[in-house]
Amino acid sequence: MQPCELSSTDIVAAVRRGEVSAERVATAFLDRIARVDGSINAFLAVDREGALATAAAIDRRRRAGEPLGPLAGLPVAVKDVLCTRDLPTTCASKMLAGFRPPYDAEVVARLRRADAVILGKTNMDEFAMGGSNENSAFGAVHNPWDLDRAPGGSSGGSAAAIAADMAPAALGSDTGGSIRQPAGLCGITGLKPTYGRVSRRGLIAFASSLDQVGPMCRSAADCALVMETIAGHDPGDSTALSAPVPAYSQLLEQPLTGLRIGRVADHFGAGLEPEVARGVEEAFAVFKAAGATIHDVELPHARYGVPTYYLVAPCEAASNLARYDGAHYGHRSTVTAGGFDSPLVEMYCRSRAEGFGSEVKRRIMLGTYALSAGYYDAYYARALRVRRLIRQDYLDAFEKVDVIGGPVSATAAFRLGEKTGDPLAMYLVDLYTVATNLAGMAGISFPCGFTRGGLPIGFQLQGPALSEALLLRVADRFQHLTDWHQRRTAALPA
Amino acid sequence: MPTAAAPYTTVIGLEVHVQLLTHTKLFCGCPTDFGAPPNTQVCPVCLGLPGSLPVLNRRAFELALRAGLALECRIAPFTKWDRKNYFYPDLPKGYQISQFDLPFATDGSLEVVDPRGAFPPRRVGIIRVHLEEDAGKSMHDEAAGTGDSRIDLNRAGTPLVEIVSQPDLRSPQEARAWLTELRLLLVYLGVSDCNMQEGSLRVDANVNLHVPRGDGIAKTPIVEIKNMNSFRSVERALAYEAARQWEEWQETGIEIGKAPKQTRGWDDAAGVTRAQRHKEESSDYRYFPDPDLVPVTVSDADVAAARGAMGEPPTALRRALEARWGISAYDADVIVNQGRDVVAYYETVAGMVGAGKPASNWLQQDVLRTLNDRGGTIAEFPVGPEALADLVGRVARGEFDTARGREIFAGLLTLGRPATPADVGTAVAALGITAVSDDDLVELVRDLLAANPKIVADVKGGKEQAAAGLIGQARKKNPNVNPAKVRETAIALIRGS
Ligand SMILES: [Zn+2]
Repeated sequence: MQPCELSSTDIVAAVRRGEVSAERVATAFLDRIARVDGSINAFLAVDREGALATAAAIDRRRRAGEPLGPLAGLPVAVKDVLCTRDLPTTCASKMLAGFRPPYDAEVVARLRRADAVILGKTNMDEFAMGGSNENSAFGAVHNPWDLDRAPGGSSGGSAAAIAADMAPAALGSDTGGSIRQPAGLCGITGLKPTYGRVSRRGLIAFASSLDQVGPMCRSAADCALVMETIAGHDPGDSTALSAPVPAYSQLLEQPLTGLRIGRVADHFGAGLEPEVARGVEEAFAVFKAAGATIHDVELPHARYGVPTYYLVAPCEAASNLARYDGAHYGHRSTVTAGGFDSPLVEMYCRSRAEGFGSEVKRRIMLGTYALSAGYYDAYYARALRVRRLIRQDYLDAFEKVDVIGGPVSATAAFRLGEKTGDPLAMYLVDLYTVATNLAGMAGISFPCGFTRGGLPIGFQLQGPALSEALLLRVADRFQHLTDWHQRRTAALPA
Repeated sequence: MPTAAAPYTTVIGLEVHVQLLTHTKLFCGCPTDFGAPPNTQVCPVCLGLPGSLPVLNRRAFELALRAGLALECRIAPFTKWDRKNYFYPDLPKGYQISQFDLPFATDGSLEVVDPRGAFPPRRVGIIRVHLEEDAGKSMHDEAAGTGDSRIDLNRAGTPLVEIVSQPDLRSPQEARAWLTELRLLLVYLGVSDCNMQEGSLRVDANVNLHVPRGDGIAKTPIVEIKNMNSFRSVERALAYEAARQWEEWQETGIEIGKAPKQTRGWDDAAGVTRAQRHKEESSDYRYFPDPDLVPVTVSDADVAAARGAMGEPPTALRRALEARWGISAYDADVIVNQGRDVVAYYETVAGMVGAGKPASNWLQQDVLRTLNDRGGTIAEFPVGPEALADLVGRVARGEFDTARGREIFAGLLTLGRPATPADVGTAVAALGITAVSDDDLVELVRDLLAANPKIVADVKGGKEQAAAGLIGQARKKNPNVNPAKVRETAIALIRGS
């Protein structure tokens, strides 16, 4: 048995039955990371020692007949935006290089309590700002399907780790599409839960009102398994929802007969690559054949999603990132004199100038500007009004359909460096995903085909608040009818 | 009103920051005890560590609600949290969580009445009351000569209410009296201990002058005075600042709007206000709603609960004491100003004696004076209300006079333990004080009248005060006689004979 080829669900079952030890599973993935990550750069830190110790402890407990958690022995890679106790947590920024939080993020604590094995921390766009993973202070991630291409962002490290079989499951975070878009570009499955469904405590904030942690795996069934552990109320996060968590993995096997899927004409306009359009249309056909019905719906304000997002997110980010000022922890400039300001202001300026990359600075400037006296009403307040309209569009659409289907991104994986000189072009990679976050809805992305060049094509399903069980089920049924999610890249050593 | 002494009106508005009497901080579970070693009462939330999230301390909100209601404010049914963004090393997150455009309480008032009539009763409007977290403390280590600054974040995240008054106050005296009343109210409510030494109550004052002139009123630019650490400082600083503005006005004639609002600090030792350096960050705080905190809805039940927990506020209590015990407004004011424990002490004594006035006199002249000299609280006072009531009751019944009562009171203070009514009885016996029966008194007075025909004649002639001449003689014969009774008995006997 080659553990690296097993699904999360199979690994958990095999460990529980004693067919394979947790230690052997962990070793296999750690070895795979050692072998292939040199060409991918998906990991910023690998905790070999900690992972093996955890796995060994799980094996001992299994042999002693002690009860095991629901994820016993499952290796999980964690996006470096999530705090991990005593493990480096950098947000792929120089600003936090060397930072080791004294606490686990709530989702990480839940994984550990469920007896998952934390493999390490995955690369990302700095502070989760970006759509290609090229904004990491520690180097870009390479797409396992074509090493010259981007894996998407900002959870590109988590997506690539799974696509390259370096982890069976990973956590990502999605502020404007950062789970779904890289999942689409890397040919895996990623769930962006409803805002508040998963605790944000210990998630290093980018845009607090949009950020959401979610699972990234090979299949919807695997996502359901991880989601059961990480979802749920947290008294330490006042925005966390208290609705009970369904047993997602038990709710997958219901037929799609009667399912109403919405289709937004605007999703198929100019800019959508014909090959991607073809893949998405074929997916609709699969659903239709399985008994679902397709209906035209409108999201008239979704076209303002990207500009709205690029006001709301930077305003929150500018404030959330103010704490990285050189005073308390993280990077402090050693140059403290020589400017025109007081030594204190000079220390702030230089620490932030040295610590942050250019995309982060760009967004801090945007947010600071948009919140400044005299501009608040013209920008931030107006963006909040549009955000409410976008949300209302969704509420209206979900009166008519159960879910909305469409492309997750306009193109398959693009070349590294292709868009880095043009921030506006880069911002459009979130075109199909940002509105979900602005509206606080749920979304899932999974592979629905390949381009002639062999790159994965992603399909996105969006659903109303707390529709995770439905989204996972619909994606899982699709994955029973297709095998796109089982394809493996040949670009890497086996 | 301008007067001959001051040809202008001083216009004062106050901003008061009060630390709430909670055990834990506003958005985390850290303790708020004063004086702990630096950075020992901190956690990821109040340190602003990456990934940390605030969660509202409901208790702080309840206390704040109580304050808002006592200040007769309108309570917002829905209140949100805003971030006030600015950089400072003692502000760990780079923003302070506060309330900007929707404070939880608005449009209230608090009246201050001076029982001596030094100024007319003044109802001061409250513009707003909002909740916010405190920042930490920077300590600039200049003594060590290193120029190092150290930061203590124990205070970061401590719950504060900020109370902003209308510019309704018209003199430094009024400002001080109003602050005193505000502090008393908040202490009565259990909202804050208002300890200024520990920074639980901090005051900023906005002041300018309204100068009448031919075409109306000229206004001087508003100055905000900071760093006043006692009510006395507030009064002195405002008086100084008014005089300074008057001089400046006479020299420059600059009016409000022609110069930016100035911030001045109060140097208590030198007795002057000094211009402070303009803050580099200016005042663009880029407020916006904090996305980490859900808005708070305030239900009628919340308001009712807060009202129920308020107890009688000082104003109502003053009126109640006057009505219940027949004491003057002045006496009621003195007692109420001492705090709820003293009021309870007083009411116990008055109730047991069955009279308010003697209880009030003894409380003010003996108990509070002693307390002032010795320090301590009324709860620790060696003569408990039951013992005092016994003593005052005996004086009132004429067992002995006030002077004797004071001797006994002094004795009770030296017992070295809390005095009881039994101790009063023991002291009375020890001093040989026994009640003089009416028959004994009549006999004694008769003897004295026989020996003092002139007094008898004077009283008969209408000079009743002459009877007082018998008191000294009577006490020589029996120290336990009650002087007033000697006088009454003598007059009765002369008239009757
Ligand atoms: Zn704390």
